[in-house]
Amino acid sequence: MTLDDLTRTSGEWLRGAGPESDIVMCSRIRLARNLADFPFTNRASRNEKAEIEGHFKSALENAGIEAGYFDVNGMSNLDRQFLLERQLISNEMSTGEGPRGVAVTPKENIAIMVNEEDHLRIQYMLSGFRLPQVWDEITALDDQLEDDIAYAYSSSLGYLTACPTNVGTGIRVGVMVHLPGLVANKEIDKVFRALQKINLAVRGFYGEGSQAFGDFYQISNQQTLGKSEEELIKILTDVVPQVLQYERKARQDLITGRRQHLHDQVSRAYGVLKTAQTISSEETMFLLSSVRMGINLGLIDDLSIAVVNELFIQTQPAHLQKLRGSELGVEERNVARASYLRSRLTNGRPVEDG
Amino acid sequence: MKCQKCAKPATFHITDIIEKGKHHEYHFCDEHARQHLAPSDESVDAPPISELAKKLVVSPPGSLREPSPADKQVCPVCQITFLEFRNSGRLGCPYDYEVFRDELMPLLESIHGETRHSGKVPKRAPRNTQQQTTLIQLRNELKRAVAAEDYEAAAKLRDKIKGIELDQD
Repeated sequence: MTLDDLTRTSGEWLRGAGPESDIVMCSRIRLARNLADFPFTNRASRNEKAEIEGHFKSALENAGIEAGYFDVNGMSNLDRQFLLERQLISNEMSTGEGPRGVAVTPKENIAIMVNEEDHLRIQYMLSGFRLPQVWDEITALDDQLEDDIAYAYSSSLGYLTACPTNVGTGIRVGVMVHLPGLVANKEIDKVFRALQKINLAVRGFYGEGSQAFGDFYQISNQQTLGKSEEELIKILTDVVPQVLQYERKARQDLITGRRQHLHDQVSRAYGVLKTAQTISSEETMFLLSSVRMGINLGLIDDLSIAVVNELFIQTQPAHLQKLRGSELGVEERNVARASYLRSRLTNGRPVEDG
Repeated sequence: MKCQKCAKPATFHITDIIEKGKHHEYHFCDEHARQHLAPSDESVDAPPISELAKKLVVSPPGSLREPSPADKQVCPVCQITFLEFRNSGRLGCPYDYEVFRDELMPLLESIHGETRHSGKVPKRAPRNTQQQTTLIQLRNELKRAVAAEDYEAAAKLRDKIKGIELDQD
């Protein structure tokens, strides 16, 4: 599997399938793991990082997991940006140094970063609201890797991590939710404050420190020590439905109160995306968010959620340049983005591969 | 005997164990022995900072951190000082959780509200502290031996490391 193969497909987590997928784009769990016999990444020499990478690759092979391994160290900045836009690597991995990389399965459900803040950051994503299923998958994967790797673990503190904020289970359980209704009625801050009170973190689309992006937010646990994985998952599976209920109510209020206004706004957004000749990334996100909500409310009936989800990713700068096969400046990208949107939204909408 | 890489006399005779029953012999002068034994590159740069951790470390709730005697504590395994951890928010190796235990426990309490793991246990029995730290420590000793140009010690350490690694596999 090569990076070019990835450009032609999109991750399973963008399919818009699974429960509550009108609001929950995907469910995601990541586990932080370290090899027992090495210093943490920030204190490891190049040689040690290369050894860690080698150990991981053989563990992956022995586990029989079909995955491509991308060497982030030897990669161009454009390719790093591309993986970042796809949620397969973090900013820290992109800007890090020394031997490091990411293993990715063809449907992109699994991404395992090697030599990020921790030696291994194992990620599993599924479209829709399916956290228990994601846990079953990722814990089995974790067990498989453990056949060949001795993890740093203490019976009192659990899995030992480079940062004490992750020690214990090393788990981050999260959902990516689309909340345009709560943004529109300005209730979103109230919801976030409530979530923070019960120790849940709210981040933008691209994680820590990233700004909200097309009204997408990630909600995840912060505590990792003292509660089991199942308990932490249960907090999310109890709380997220309440957020979904608020969002649905906000959307319903919008459509009952000002149906014509909303329909107009959604249709104009769709119109601009279908016909613009040059368009910025910000405007694209803003309009796609409107269109996405419009589909969910039955105001647009000739476009699928999966295509809109994909467009959020594929209109990002590195994706446009990979699709074009050349580096583009900002102006050129805006033209390329508009042209790409026109082709995806008007003639010959791509066939979805179930 | 001459050095394999130059005309100087070979003063170091190094045996690399590749796997059980297979080995390579090298004969080098001081300089080339040093090159051979030295890890190719050292990355001791300050790690990127996890802002969250930094905030938590620098200012635990209710108190402003003053420089404390604990800052000078050094981990014997990875050599990180508590001050370095405080500045970067990142620990250096698994053993730090024991070395800095007294300092870390209040921090864990304030981050997580709890100080004892509950949840998944690895299916293979965890190695004891001794086993977990031996290799990290030996690799560090190797780095120091190379830096001090003590190639005899370095060669011995390398053999010891390889031996343990092979046993574990």
